[in-house]
Amino acid sequence: MLRPDLALIAGHVAPGSRVLDVGCGDGALMAVLQEERGCDARGMELDPHDVAGCVGRGLSVIQGDADTDLAFYPDASFDYAILSQTLQTTRRPDLVVEALLRIGGHAFVSFPNFAHWRVRASLMWNGRMPVTRLLPVAWYETPNIHHASIADFRALVAARGIVVEECWFLSGDRQTSSAAANFRAEHAVFLLRR
Amino acid sequence: MHRPPLPTTSAVLELDQPLPLDGGQSLSAVRISYETYGHLAADRGNAIFIAHATTGDQHVASKHPITGKPGWWDRMVGPGLPIDTDHFYVICANVLGSCMGTTGPASLAADGAPYAMRFPVITIRDMVRAHVALLDALGIARLHAVVGGSMGGMQALSMAVHWPGRAARVLALASTAAMPAQNIAFQEVGRQAIMADPAWAGGAYYGTGAAPDAGLAVARMAAHVTYLSEATLGEKFGRRLQDRAAKSFGFDADFQVESYLRYQGAAFTERFDANSYLYVTRAMSYFDLAEEHDGQLATAFAGVTARFCLVSFDTDWLYPTAESRKIVHALSAAGAAVSFVELSAPYGHDSFLLDVPALDRVVAGFLGTGQ
Repeated sequence: MLRPDLALIAGHVAPGSRVLDVGCGDGALMAVLQEERGCDARGMELDPHDVAGCVGRGLSVIQGDADTDLAFYPDASFDYAILSQTLQTTRRPDLVVEALLRIGGHAFVSFPNFAHWRVRASLMWNGRMPVTRLLPVAWYETPNIHHASIADFRALVAARGIVVEECWFLSGDRQTSSAAANFRAEHAVFLLRR
Repeated sequence: MHRPPLPTTSAVLELDQPLPLDGGQSLSAVRISYETYGHLAADRGNAIFIAHATTGDQHVASKHPITGKPGWWDRMVGPGLPIDTDHFYVICANVLGSCMGTTGPASLAADGAPYAMRFPVITIRDMVRAHVALLDALGIARLHAVVGGSMGGMQALSMAVHWPGRAARVLALASTAAMPAQNIAFQEVGRQAIMADPAWAGGAYYGTGAAPDAGLAVARMAAHVTYLSEATLGEKFGRRLQDRAAKSFGFDADFQVESYLRYQGAAFTERFDANSYLYVTRAMSYFDLAEEHDGQLATAFAGVTARFCLVSFDTDWLYPTAESRKIVHALSAAGAAVSFVELSAPYGHDSFLLDVPALDRVVAGFLGTGQ
């Protein structure tokens, strides 16, 4: 079973395309893209155990850091660059998004929405950084160093002249409407292009 | 761990054409000593060539004829092992310039006397040229994979760049695309130790009953340290004394680590020729895949068709992760399919030869099960 945001991305990648999955984790999305969609999928992942696991299942994955190692890919070398649940862990999310769109014709970016009502409630009523299903780690040990809301992300891409081709919102494991998404969605998936 | 001996075929191929060399000369009547394991499929598509490291040999998974020790990678090569001889036809050849049956400085030249220092200086690409001649003779047009660690990795990369299409997969462990200065330096120490030994006699020691064993042993001692890590040496020996309760206040091997190194050095002279050590390390120091491409490694990799896998080890200070990363970045820039992982293992450069379960998974997964 693919994570819901990954299943959504997998369903919208054109069959047979060239895909770079940045922060590919255990390679679940890559495997689906390769086996079911006939894609040429490559991956990048920081965690060496995950990388070894990916290579062990026959995937082409390099151990690397989205902040520094995307620079080595030539322009337009992929049809899609995918960054799922990784944006908020990068040092410069804006530069990473720019790099994705330099490397790929399209970019899928998925991230947890920091303006979800549960997060707001935690801050509002408890005055505490939220620990939720999508943000399960306490503030002092979370890898998420750049939290953003859906509205923040929209503002960033608008300021950079990036086109939002499509976007989807998830709450729990289900897709939810775009109405009041910045309040109601736990998780967003954007399909971007230049 | 004791396994039944693996069925092995040992053979020697004599090339009927002179082998051209990067240095401009050519070598006639080159002999290539090699071993094979497993069975070649009818379509000849299941062959894996294993390229050995500096002082390695073709006995990758068979008993060494001189030392009687098991093959140098018998934990990796065999039935059900990551390089599975039930699926793959595995070939390992002694490199040109070495001394285990392939033509090298100790071999006889056309005049019936050993080449000694008349042997031409060779390169990593010359070694691979000999391997390719062997593959031609075996009728293997395209390898399932070429695999090697350290100098073996250099050969694997050279095959990918200089004979593109010859291997479908390239697996290079603890290796580099250009010999770093530190490694050139350590190998120069080794060569100078050999050449400073009076018994070296300008390389003309064959048949004299003497050999520069003292120099070769020192070369091996220095090199051996570079293959290990402080963690390994510290755990294995620490500051413990060798068979004595107190320091001797002399220059005997007081410390266990000294005794160990002396043993390693002396044992090495039993199985390796000093002149071969000069030639093989020279070939390594000349190795630089980007040299012919104005220093642009990505250009060297342009047009490669193989899938690549690079592995480095976090305690390897001889071929550190940065060297593998340079290759990975160049391959990414060239659009090649590449995998890379830095594995954590305590054994320094030697990690690629030792028990690292994550490496087994990576190797097995990258190679697949063949046909």
